[in-house]
Amino acid sequence: MADDVTFRVFRGENGPDGSPMGEMVDYTVPMDEGMVVLDVIHSIQAEHAPDLACRWNCKAGKCGSCSAEVNGKPRLMCMTRMEDIMEDTPTGEPVVVKPMQAFPLIKDLVSDVSWAYELNKKIPALKGPEEMDWKFSQNEADRVQEFRSCIECMLCVNTCHVMREHQMFEEFAGPRFFVRLANLEMHPMDQDDRLEMIKDDFGLGYCNITRCCTEVCPAGINITDNAIIPLKERVVTEYYDPIAILAKKVGLRK
Amino acid sequence: MSENFTVHEYDVVIIGAGGAGLRAAIEATRQGASVAVICKSMLGKAHTVMAEGGAAAALANKDDRDNWQTHFRDTMKGGKYLNDWRMAEIHAKESPDRIRELEQWGAIFDRTPEGLTNQRNFGGHTYPRLAHIGDATGLELIRTLQERGIHTGMEVFMEYTVRHLFKTDGRVSGCFAYNRVDGSLHVFKAKTTVLATGGITRCWAVCSGSWEYTGEGHALAYWAGAQMGDMEFVQFHPTGMIWPPSVRGILVTEGVRGEGGLLTNAEGKRFMFDYVPEMYRDEFADTKDEAMEWVSSIVADETPTARRPPELLTRDVVAKAINAEKEAGRASVHGGAYLDISWRPEDQVRRKLPGMYHQFMELAAVDITKEPMEVGPTAHYVMGGVKVDPITQESTVAGLYAAGEAATGLHGANRLGGNSLSDLLTFGKRAGQHAAEAAAEIDTFPEIDGAEIQRIIEETLAPLLREEGENPAKVVEDLREMMQEKVGIIRTGALLSQAMEELDAFRAREATTAPGGTRIYNPGWHQALEIGAMIDISQMCALAALAREESRGGHTRDDFPVPDHSHWGKINSVIVQAANGDMELSHITYPPIPDRLKEWLDADDLHEEEE
Repeated sequence: MADDVTFRVFRGENGPDGSPMGEMVDYTVPMDEGMVVLDVIHSIQAEHAPDLACRWNCKAGKCGSCSAEVNGKPRLMCMTRMEDIMEDTPTGEPVVVKPMQAFPLIKDLVSDVSWAYELNKKIPALKGPEEMDWKFSQNEADRVQEFRSCIECMLCVNTCHVMREHQMFEEFAGPRFFVRLANLEMHPMDQDDRLEMIKDDFGLGYCNITRCCTEVCPAGINITDNAIIPLKERVVTEYYDPIAILAKKVGLRK
Repeated sequence: MSENFTVHEYDVVIIGAGGAGLRAAIEATRQGASVAVICKSMLGKAHTVMAEGGAAAALANKDDRDNWQTHFRDTMKGGKYLNDWRMAEIHAKESPDRIRELEQWGAIFDRTPEGLTNQRNFGGHTYPRLAHIGDATGLELIRTLQERGIHTGMEVFMEYTVRHLFKTDGRVSGCFAYNRVDGSLHVFKAKTTVLATGGITRCWAVCSGSWEYTGEGHALAYWAGAQMGDMEFVQFHPTGMIWPPSVRGILVTEGVRGEGGLLTNAEGKRFMFDYVPEMYRDEFADTKDEAMEWVSSIVADETPTARRPPELLTRDVVAKAINAEKEAGRASVHGGAYLDISWRPEDQVRRKLPGMYHQFMELAAVDITKEPMEVGPTAHYVMGGVKVDPITQESTVAGLYAAGEAATGLHGANRLGGNSLSDLLTFGKRAGQHAAEAAAEIDTFPEIDGAEIQRIIEETLAPLLREEGENPAKVVEDLREMMQEKVGIIRTGALLSQAMEELDAFRAREATTAPGGTRIYNPGWHQALEIGAMIDISQMCALAALAREESRGGHTRDDFPVPDHSHWGKINSVIVQAANGDMELSHITYPPIPDRLKEWLDADDLHEEEE
């Protein structure tokens, strides 16, 4: 498999008005057995373009740094095998690599995801009992551990149409943070209640369950069914269920 | 031309946002200090995220025979008694509470049937001791500390690289950093500074480390005049991926062996039975039946009475055994050994080792529930680092602290798996606490010499001004190949001497790299700036390794194949930068181990009769 491969990579920065300015540049490098997309990007840096910007760390799908769009699909570059990519690249055509399109550009394949770090600060932390050595079962842990496997690659946010098409970064927390919120709300020892925030500040209602986030999650988290829908059900029960509201009024529920 | 730079002032500046840095930040803010955390990657992406198997702490949830004394004993034995016993004692005593508090901050470890934090077996630990979540414990640790940290008021400077530590009147008074994103220049004034910069294993061609592991933290301390200890001791983890070529070095958790993984050679033989060192002979099974009895107990969630399989020997032993099998012509197809967990039911493998399943399936097209993995040694961890006070973590330079992999002492000549996560929690906390307490005693920020700032700025921008020269990636690649060949898992005096000479040639090449491009997010420029640290670190390792004429833990000399207990077994190497810039090596001895601790150690191992 010592063939050459051609990548068409976005090269550019933000122009004076803040919108991305750049061009697609072709690079051809040799390909070895077992290579992933990130290996090819590194080869391009080593042979043609030392200043080609991309993020990466673990190279094993554990850190979520190397998110990009490969042939139009949001992927972790380190977990995308060239073998598979060549299959869905038309013969004679280059492999197209672009940065995540929902986020502002920094340079080349690097996006500005600072929004995520600011939003995360607004989520109230876990509030559990002060005594140490908490007891809860593996069954209870299982539900939350799925959410804990999120690597914050932001591919789900990049794909969500509320973010990508409507740019509702102010009104909507996006799938990553509904996973985070579900983690806290379903934690067996948590005593806090974030439902009002989830409804009002984090805009859960904007999600209309198209499941795009779940499809792209490299950690395989069932974002829609296990995080978002249960949160929606809790919000409905708390704020819109007439029987529950009545029960609350007469003191049958807290 | 004088360049603009921004000046920041913080009581405590923490360099590095892995486990040690974040734990230090949490503690320092709790003491009321203003805290800056400066990190090369984005928050939550640091190297800790890659840790897999677990964090070692004698919680005794899984086996009530465990206690801090046994953890202390295992750590000292695994380190071949070159550990700072004071750190080993503190670590063994404090790590259980460091794990328990993580749970209160949101970590969800796997549970025992009683609903407590579950613990897993690992190499060199007498009892199941590693708190874990599947095989993604590092992710759990860093996310938990990140989520705790962001509510403490610490300021995080992401994607900044620190290039220099300033000193004022002999004390570290701040640092210089540049922003990797926009190329802006920054001076951080600090009353105290904590190095939590991780390790150096990117200096080797086959390693489990990310691009961040270029050893700048070690180099910063060295350049500031701090003593560096034990730099000859580099851990080659026995099980890295070896095929396909692009994944070479990526870690395969020791948890595979903790869950019953079998190591075999090309002939199908479980070779580890042939490599049990004398000091461990009493504790390990000598037949396959006994080893299988132990594994069966583990699978059945029962307390084992049989002795452990030899696959669970310490990492130095297993790595050298795999290497020896290869030398003897019994390697696996791609030059390593086979590691097989497929004899366990598929659902158990996928539940206990989801990351490994995923990693092999996606990257190597190997289904580990049905076929063996191929593995081989990979540069994984440096036991050596900044010499620190065992109580406060202050280095030999006032105002500078170090914790986690950047520091030395706890692990001696070989680290036990699981002890690094508990190390960075235990000593990260201590570093943060003592750095904040010391900062509280200082009223005003010391002045930093303006000429020194300008000199560092010039050095930082120099690669961008060179119009012609080598691609820095090529220099780094050659350096890593050289280190792999000459300062690798098996060393000789001749190879180490050659390495020392070749490093001089790398210095000349470093000075002529030309990455091209601008200051905006330019990986070529960033890499050009890393090479100087990599060369100095490589030299420290080669120098200390050349002097140590014995084999012990992570340091193996083909020309001195046995341990020398009477001399080398009692002394640790120390490297400092002399006034003329030369690298100077000496050796020191830790204070004697007090009897109250000695009683827990194996008397035979201490070789006191030979004194």
